[in-house]
Amino acid sequence: MTNIPETGRTPRVQIRLVIIQILVVSLLGTLGGRLWYLQIREGDAYAKEASGNHVQQVVSPAVRGSILDARGVPIADNETRLVVSASRTDLLKMKDDGKAVLAKLAGVLGMKPKDVMAKVRLCDAKTPQPCWNGSPYQPIPITDEATAKQALQIRERSEDFPGITAEPQAVRRYASPGDANTAQVLGYLSPVTDEEIKEAEHTDSPYLRSDQVGRSGLERQYDKELRGKAGVTRYEVDNLGRVIGQAKSDEAKPGANVVTSIDARVQRVAEYELNEAMKEARKQHDRNTGTNYKADSGAVVVMESKTGRVVAMASNPNYDPNAWVGGISGKDYAKLTGKDSNYPLLNRAIQGQSAPGSVFKVIPTAAAVNAGYSFNGPYECSSSYSIGGQVFKNFESKGYGPISLGRALEVSCDTVFYRLSHEEWNRDGGNKPKKKAKDWFYKTAHQFGLGKETGIDLPNEVTGRVPDRQWKKNYWKANKDAWCKQGKKSGSYAERIAYENCLEGNRLRAGDSVNYSIGQGDTLVTPIQMATIYGAISNGGTLYNPTVGKAILSADGKHIQEIKPKSHGKLPMSRTTRDEIDQALAGVATRGTAAWRFGGWPQDKIPMHAKTGTAEVYGKQTTSWFTTYTKDYTVVMTISQGGTGSGASGPAVRKIYNALYGVGEDGSIDKKKALLYQPQKSLPKIEPDGSIDAPKIKKYDPIKEQASERNQQQAATGNDPAATTPSPGTGNNRDNRRRAARRKKRRRTT
Amino acid sequence: MTGANSFSVSGYGPERSTLARLFARDSVARRLDWPILLAAIALSVIGAALVYSATRNRTELNQGDPYYFLVRHLLNTGIGFALMVGTVWLGHRTLRTAVPILYGISVFLILLVLTPLGATINGSHAWIVLGGGFSLQPSEFVKITIILGMAMLLAARVDAGDKPYPDHRTVLQALGLAAVPILIVLLMPDLGSVMVMVIIVLGVLLASGASNRWVLGLIGTGAVGAIAVWQLGILDEYQINRFAAFANPELDPAGVGYNTNQARIAIGSGGLFGTGLGKGSQTTGQFVPEQQTDFVFTVAGEELGFIGAGLILVLLGVVLWRACRIARETTELYGTIVAAGIIAWFAFQSFENVGMTLGIMPVAGLPLPFVSYGGSSMFAVWVAVGLLQSIRVQRPMSA
Repeated sequence: MTNIPETGRTPRVQIRLVIIQILVVSLLGTLGGRLWYLQIREGDAYAKEASGNHVQQVVSPAVRGSILDARGVPIADNETRLVVSASRTDLLKMKDDGKAVLAKLAGVLGMKPKDVMAKVRLCDAKTPQPCWNGSPYQPIPITDEATAKQALQIRERSEDFPGITAEPQAVRRYASPGDANTAQVLGYLSPVTDEEIKEAEHTDSPYLRSDQVGRSGLERQYDKELRGKAGVTRYEVDNLGRVIGQAKSDEAKPGANVVTSIDARVQRVAEYELNEAMKEARKQHDRNTGTNYKADSGAVVVMESKTGRVVAMASNPNYDPNAWVGGISGKDYAKLTGKDSNYPLLNRAIQGQSAPGSVFKVIPTAAAVNAGYSFNGPYECSSSYSIGGQVFKNFESKGYGPISLGRALEVSCDTVFYRLSHEEWNRDGGNKPKKKAKDWFYKTAHQFGLGKETGIDLPNEVTGRVPDRQWKKNYWKANKDAWCKQGKKSGSYAERIAYENCLEGNRLRAGDSVNYSIGQGDTLVTPIQMATIYGAISNGGTLYNPTVGKAILSADGKHIQEIKPKSHGKLPMSRTTRDEIDQALAGVATRGTAAWRFGGWPQDKIPMHAKTGTAEVYGKQTTSWFTTYTKDYTVVMTISQGGTGSGASGPAVRKIYNALYGVGEDGSIDKKKALLYQPQKSLPKIEPDGSIDAPKIKKYDPIKEQASERNQQQAATGNDPAATTPSPGTGNNRDNRRRAARRKKRRRTT
Repeated sequence: MTGANSFSVSGYGPERSTLARLFARDSVARRLDWPILLAAIALSVIGAALVYSATRNRTELNQGDPYYFLVRHLLNTGIGFALMVGTVWLGHRTLRTAVPILYGISVFLILLVLTPLGATINGSHAWIVLGGGFSLQPSEFVKITIILGMAMLLAARVDAGDKPYPDHRTVLQALGLAAVPILIVLLMPDLGSVMVMVIIVLGVLLASGASNRWVLGLIGTGAVGAIAVWQLGILDEYQINRFAAFANPELDPAGVGYNTNQARIAIGSGGLFGTGLGKGSQTTGQFVPEQQTDFVFTVAGEELGFIGAGLILVLLGVVLWRACRIARETTELYGTIVAAGIIAWFAFQSFENVGMTLGIMPVAGLPLPFVSYGGSSMFAVWVAVGLLQSIRVQRPMSA
């Protein structure tokens, strides 16, 4: 071996071997470095990714909490229904995009194939309802009214119905106890959108794909509380999604119940009487337009004077909130939102604004006192008031001579307020306003809470409007171009107005101040604002934020979170002025403009206060306003294009009071008949098993009632613990009852 | 080693035990490169554990026996060890004379792959199915015969003392010898093996002392060849996709980039100590494909952590470092070239295999020497260890 020459170790080879060795070491070093980077530096991030990788979540939705009335009667709860849903992803895997399966399904369900297909298509700008607004990865409900037989057919032949499921699900139900449907106050639900999921992703209550979200009313306001927390079961899965173990899971937490101050019985009375009043108004002839009143919409609010709690809130036109359950049909959607629908989804008690007319007058009264005028006056109530040739008439051109402010309220004398407002306008500088104009009449209106939300616990409340100097300026800036283009010095009425506005619309004119003083012109208020103000006069001056929600009760009833009344200020008036106005408003009910509607009212036992208003609206018939209060309740009603305040709304309001206090036509009080002689104080009780003690409710039907008055015992006051409403989600036995009610109601609303 | 010492102390006299004789001064055992041997055994055993962890739950593969792959891996290791012993016994010089025959057999076998006898496994048409659950990947053995064949040609005149370096003609012959099987493997196509073989040829040329022009020329040709392969559409789509996924792993995490992405998640989630053998969620959930073969390193990364995966790299480093020493210490060019070829093979194949799991190399179907499950690969690397040992044992002992 030793004779082999050392040629293998020539320097060149030797150097190259060293090069190879260096290469080898650097390659291994690279691997080591990269390994360190992945495992040590980025290790945590990868560990997180790995755990997300192999864990699948199965979501079991929480049962949505109920919305209860003040005595525990559910006005929105859940029922178990057989829901047939289609998985879009599964359908799209088929050659014909699942058309054959859907057609077969339509056959089983007794629907038109076309309708079934429409339900599973996705909504976009061009697709009309019905369409699926939710996630395309979520099962799309086709019907929630499947019968057990249909469900069985689908399940037994599951190979014939790939991608179709039929399962019992808790579905929202708007029970309409005693026919009180409370639609606009309750609101409705619809599936969560992708954007909402993204937005709420990192908050403490993230949405799930399967979630229904409150879109309006209480459902939206208390969505978070009602929704609860969905249960999440986490499974460890392998790469094919096969379960290989179970990881940490969170149990579903059912949503809390929202107890409201609504009394379903009073609500029913309010809805019924509002509708009757509007029906009656449509029979009345309007001298100004020569046609019958249209009475196109109306609202009524029944509020507890001392707390601002809403006992009833009705808005007309009405609709059936159950139309939203399980996806709304195209026809229903058009009926609710189309141009010819008159927008029944609007809650006109908080979203309808119009000129208040004379019900506004308590504000200029307080303003005048604050500006230094004496309450007792006297002030000249002439039949008309003129400024520079422009004549402003008293209502029905009647004069009462020199009277006090109180009497001016009673007889609703316009000219007294014209004069005072005009005088103040002059004091503030007239057409050349002072820099520090006092603007008592406008300032006071703001202090009464006008021009902003009352803060009611319902979404999308509107503010109304106080047409003060600032508003005029802003409004003029926004509109002057259009006015100046359209305006003509001697054209039609509208053109002349536009011309005038173009020139001096930025200024508060004498005429503006005069119109404003009786709640006309550009003044806008909502019924809830008026209820807040009259309630405050009743309770001694506290402006409460109206509330519908009274308490949040956990599903097992153990945890109670009361919603306390909050105020947003005091009325800008002294105790004396309050008392004087209070007296005057009692006068309205006994000897003033509303007296003819309160004939035989037991004024000594239940002092009634009222103010009527008949607001003129350009191009429309007059708006009827009627604001009333006792020491416990405030009732405000308005009917658009309905006629006069006392004429159109008077009887309905009287009947609401009759029902509340159990007052008969003859003025006798039967406390047994009274629905709510005093506001409901105690909260309903929820048993640990989730069931609620709730009294049974009788339907309010005055015609039938009168007929059988003598024979039948009427509904008793207070709680009747005998009846128990089953807990949400266990209401199988109520299916039929509800469906029957729903059908009936649909017929009525069409 | 301590055991060996005690034997040699107690065992004086004519009737020394076989074991003592084995470890006698200047005996084969004493001259063996023990670090390489122990590192190779350690890698194989670690590999067995990883293969077991990756396959114990895969009933669709292991026929219901969780130890199926473990037993086979150990069996392969045993056979490989025997092949190594055989190689050492024969000696690389004896094998030198048999090179033409071996070369012929191996080329014949890879040609067989191209016939209907060949089978496609994991997109590589590189297998001959023998039946009974056994299959053969002849390209693994071609790697050895290319090394031996080129070494024989390149070293012949130099070792004879005729020339200091191989001349151009010899280099050309050697290249021709390598080109034949490489082209056949390229036709299969088994791109991973082709890459390894090209690197082997490069290592062999470097160590042979062939002029720089050849080395640079080969690198250039390799580059041009790679571009040509890419442009001429010889590659299948899956191969192009592998490169695309390498260039941009986020490209399509559910599709092409899936493997590399999951592999990196598996390794990254291991951290310093790993989840423990058999406890890795990525491994248990089979998120990483081919976990007992090409992606076996991800099991180490996830379940044994930086410590365990790093140990594998260190053991590979020991083998390669000792191999470099063997290459430098032998005085015979033939041995040097063979050792260098093996170094190039092991180094590149390990780098490519581990690198692809770490996301720094494109995916190619190559096993990790000693660790990955697979008979052919295991046998080939153990034969290579045998060759390294033989070079060391048979080197002229310097005084």
